[in-house]
Amino acid sequence: MAVIEARALRKNFGASVALDGIDLRVEEGRILGLIGPNGAGKTTALNAILGLIPYQGDLCVLGRDPWSCRDQLMRDVAFIADVAVLPRWIRVSQALDYVAGVHPRFDRAKAESLLAKTTIPQNSKVRELSKGMVVQLHLALVMAIDARLLVLDEPTLGLDILYRKQFYDSLLNDYFDRSRTILVTTHQVDEIQDVLTDLMFIDRGRIVLSCTMEEFDSRYVELMVLPDHLAAARALGPIYERQVLGRNFLLFDGVGREQFAGLGELRAPSVADLFVAVISRQPRTAQGASR
Amino acid sequence: MSSPSNAVPQSSFESQAIPTAVLLPTRPMYWSVVRELWENRSIYVAPLIAAGVFLFGFVISMVTLPRRMREVLALPWPEQHERLVQPYHFLAGLLMAVAFIVGVIYCLDALHGERRDRSILFWKSLPVSDFTTVLAKAAIPLVVLPLVTFVLTVATQFTMLILSSAVLAGSALPVARLWTELSLLHNSFMLFYHLLTVHVLWHAPIYCWLLLVSAWARRAPFLWAFLPPFAIAVLEKVVFNSAHFARYLGYRFTGGMEAMPFGTGSSSMYAHSHLTPWRLLGSPGLWLGLVFGAACLEGAMRLRRYREPI
Repeated sequence: MAVIEARALRKNFGASVALDGIDLRVEEGRILGLIGPNGAGKTTALNAILGLIPYQGDLCVLGRDPWSCRDQLMRDVAFIADVAVLPRWIRVSQALDYVAGVHPRFDRAKAESLLAKTTIPQNSKVRELSKGMVVQLHLALVMAIDARLLVLDEPTLGLDILYRKQFYDSLLNDYFDRSRTILVTTHQVDEIQDVLTDLMFIDRGRIVLSCTMEEFDSRYVELMVLPDHLAAARALGPIYERQVLGRNFLLFDGVGREQFAGLGELRAPSVADLFVAVISRQPRTAQGASR
Repeated sequence: MSSPSNAVPQSSFESQAIPTAVLLPTRPMYWSVVRELWENRSIYVAPLIAAGVFLFGFVISMVTLPRRMREVLALPWPEQHERLVQPYHFLAGLLMAVAFIVGVIYCLDALHGERRDRSILFWKSLPVSDFTTVLAKAAIPLVVLPLVTFVLTVATQFTMLILSSAVLAGSALPVARLWTELSLLHNSFMLFYHLLTVHVLWHAPIYCWLLLVSAWARRAPFLWAFLPPFAIAVLEKVVFNSAHFARYLGYRFTGGMEAMPFGTGSSSMYAHSHLTPWRLLGSPGLWLGLVFGAACLEGAMRLRRYREPI
């Protein structure tokens, strides 16, 4: 069953188009990375999925219309909208009390055991915690909710690499299983490459690439070309070419590996390489979406 | 790839085995009110401080209590009564004024602060409806603050009475007189009635208006709440050289004592003869105000629901 299904999803903010007819289908048990440049429409898409904004087109999340059934939907969906949205005055213990009080699927013991792994003191206020600790606290709260869909919008923005790594480790080890679905947006593309099962690039309100990580691994290959073979390699139709320290790297989509024999060294591209390749191929116009 | 297949396979069964706790529909409401009290401790701290300061002054003034009591006992009855109850009514008025100020400040920030600090994104990630949230916020000035005022006033008055009795008994003065003039039970009932009619029903549209502005204003809710009514009053004065709107606002703020079952004087506030609830329930001002208040709350709910989160 599809956890999220969108058809021709559109959203305008006045004259600017934030979502320009998106089709999307996310199955249960997937971890989808929604990746796009600033103002591509990522947050708008998430807000529509979470029922925070109205939209045009069809959207179905866990079998419900998120805009009209938001209150029921929030029992099965958890989200971290941004870093540092926990109220600064709340105490850790109060946050636990409150979520336990209002959420029927919150497991307080689990939240406490997750917090016990951190150095967050139970009695401190959010304003006294470091940014990394606030994110840890928020993640502990959210992971203790037995939700079917978890939405993360830039959950690790501004954190140092240790916290970022810990965040995704914790998510995979203590939370994820085949019955849950995770939708995440981030700019730190490379760090979540190993976490994802599906990949989606969005640019100016349109989905410009959508594939599973298996497809990504089999379809895309990067060739470090020897200078003599550059012309021959270019003839194979690379989708992107870049130079690093005088060496040429060519990115290919769906070209059989046997065709590269003798042209140079093959390697698996990173998601970030592909992202730059795909986004830079999009025609740029002066009018961009505002979000 | 740290594949999801490495994740503990049985955990999916475990998660389904956890029975979803059945929450009473009132639970989100209860916790929403509790959370307001966590965030805004001034709701009970400010009246507590006011009562504490008053009690402190009252204790100091007790040095002269025996002398004043002898003077009072020499007076004829109506004046005697007025002199005796005066500090008790002053305390009640003081705590009501503090509660009103706290309520106004609270309402202006209630739906604005959560957008300013973006914590609305956290509150909205939980299964609490906008209806529940706005209603819980409206319950602070309309239920919690009057209750705090009531309990604190009665408790402080009782303390004053006990302290006075001890001092008077020490000076061999008639203590019973104080207790008969200051029937605490009767006083409390009157106080409760006054709070319910004036501070809840009559002031409700003021609080609801402030909540609406708080939900609507992107910045400076204080100005948006007070400038438009002020502008209307000025405009009316300039165009028609009249002051109906300003008078009406003043009437609404000062408790609309004329429409209330009691006069404006503090002593008659508790008098039997003016206690006519049907006069209150029959006044169209009360009902128009409540309809206006309900419309404001509905507007605040819709703004919180339909607007973009930030």
